[in-house]
Amino acid sequence: MKLGANLWIGGVLCAIAAIAGILAPWLAHTHPFMDANLMNAEIPPGREYWFGTDGQGRDIYSRVLHGARISLTVGFVSQMINSIIGVTLGLTAGYWGGWWDDFVNGLTNVMLAIPSLIFALAIMAVLGPGLGSLIVALGLTSWSFTCRLARASALSLKSQGYVQAAKTLGYGDLRIMLTQLLPNMLGPIIVIATLGIGGAILSEAALSFLGLGIRPPYPSWGSMLSEARDQITTAPWLSIFPGLAIFLTVLGLNLLGDGLRDILDPQSRSRRA
Amino acid sequence: MSGTSLLSVENLRLDLTSGGKAHAAVEGVSFDIAKGETFGLVGESGCGKSITALSIMSLLKPPLGIGAGKIRLDGREIQNLGAAETRKLRGKRISMIFQEPMTALNPLSPVGRQIAEMFVLHEGASWKEAERRAVEALVNVRVPAPERRVKDYPHQLSGGMRQRVMIAIALACQPDLLIADEPTTALDVTVQAEILDLMRDLCVARGTAILMISHDLGLVANMCRRVGVMYAGRLVELRPSSDLFRAPSHPYTRGLVASLPRLGTRAANGQRRLQEITGTVPGITAFPPGCRFHPRCTVMTEGCKVTDPSATQLPGGGLVRCHHHG
Repeated sequence: MKLGANLWIGGVLCAIAAIAGILAPWLAHTHPFMDANLMNAEIPPGREYWFGTDGQGRDIYSRVLHGARISLTVGFVSQMINSIIGVTLGLTAGYWGGWWDDFVNGLTNVMLAIPSLIFALAIMAVLGPGLGSLIVALGLTSWSFTCRLARASALSLKSQGYVQAAKTLGYGDLRIMLTQLLPNMLGPIIVIATLGIGGAILSEAALSFLGLGIRPPYPSWGSMLSEARDQITTAPWLSIFPGLAIFLTVLGLNLLGDGLRDILDPQSRSRRA
Repeated sequence: MSGTSLLSVENLRLDLTSGGKAHAAVEGVSFDIAKGETFGLVGESGCGKSITALSIMSLLKPPLGIGAGKIRLDGREIQNLGAAETRKLRGKRISMIFQEPMTALNPLSPVGRQIAEMFVLHEGASWKEAERRAVEALVNVRVPAPERRVKDYPHQLSGGMRQRVMIAIALACQPDLLIADEPTTALDVTVQAEILDLMRDLCVARGTAILMISHDLGLVANMCRRVGVMYAGRLVELRPSSDLFRAPSHPYTRGLVASLPRLGTRAANGQRRLQEITGTVPGITAFPPGCRFHPRCTVMTEGCKVTDPSATQLPGGGLVRCHHHG
């Protein structure tokens, strides 16, 4: 079986980001913030400092590597929570209908009406800053799109012949949802989830910028970007490298999502084979 | 009635609720199916065949529902069982195959797994054991190269192969009754014959009764021992199939039989127009009073417009619902 180019490029980009995060302590040249040295402030990228240094003389290369840990963790885990909440609510609402559907719909509408960043901000204000509360805040606030998608898919799938047939064969509700509905709606859900990881990485940046996310001196891509904002004309490398890291990771995730959707669909798989 | 009754439907009424009013889509339908018997239900589209089948499976959804009557399996009433009990019957004791083998299989699951799921679900088999039995099940439905086919996805199979897989799934747990809702309508004529032979052979071998729903009289004549003819939600005639085709009693059945094209009749009787039944089946909300067939009937009298005929026993066995049955 030949895999698509999407899957390869996306997979490689994501793998690089993941490896960078996991091996950060070994790949980094310096400690992300303990090795600050004002004598080395704002050195452009070069032989010694690959990505340059920031205003406090910290090595940007090392900070980007360590930032991968925080940003990817926040992105993956919070999107995982979003997907689980969204799919569970949407799938059951679409399949069962009735008052449960009305309730989930109402809840989704409320969630859509409140800007998710503001909501996350409120949760962060209650929980206090930190990695854990950041994940919880982002994980609880942007499931409405996944939920809508799962509900719509469940509604259209439940009238399919094979779902009806499964009922006549004695499948229970849970088995129908897990074996008939979920696999058939997974394609778009995965695509949305990969987009959502990128979105969560960006939301993390916004919250960190507002002082409620990752606190200095810990580096995350988002917080590095927002710290670099003032120096974008004088020291552009401060924003270019974390920005490039976000860009390539999000691009990789999107390509990976596309590729996964293709191999999850046996019809397109056999077309290619 | 010969043999012990497996399924007995008694005075079934199915209501369609619309605008707060209940309309009887099916009314006064009674029939028995003996163990291992093949029973046919024929009629035009919209006469209530399919919803009768769905009601046996407890699969009617609002606005349709069972208004009155009893459905018994082995003497036990099954129309009011709880959800969990009903699920145990479905697939295990009563199975169903559908008209569209294209859509009745999960497109994202290999067919072997879909067969295996039945063993896991109803017999608590391990997946490994179930996968092995799935290959056997494919052998039974005469699918060539079953070891390879179990890994195939539905879209890789032809229509006939898919229907074979459906039959394998439906018969996996040796049910007592197989409901076949127009199982061959979507298939080629040659494939039809193969599928019907297959169903008959498998069911005879296992003693599985078949409830065959069709609008194809020829098919029903071939397959079924007894046939019920439905018209506008009523069972108008119920006879052994040989009698039904030799000497149809209800004017509607006579019309149906007369409208069948027959090979060789032109040589024997010269060229004749194929007969037809004029008009169409009335809608559920607009059933005429009296006998429901009277607006289309050739032997209709004034009485037919007023009085609904009751079921009359025929001398050779069977029932007819007509004032002027012949």
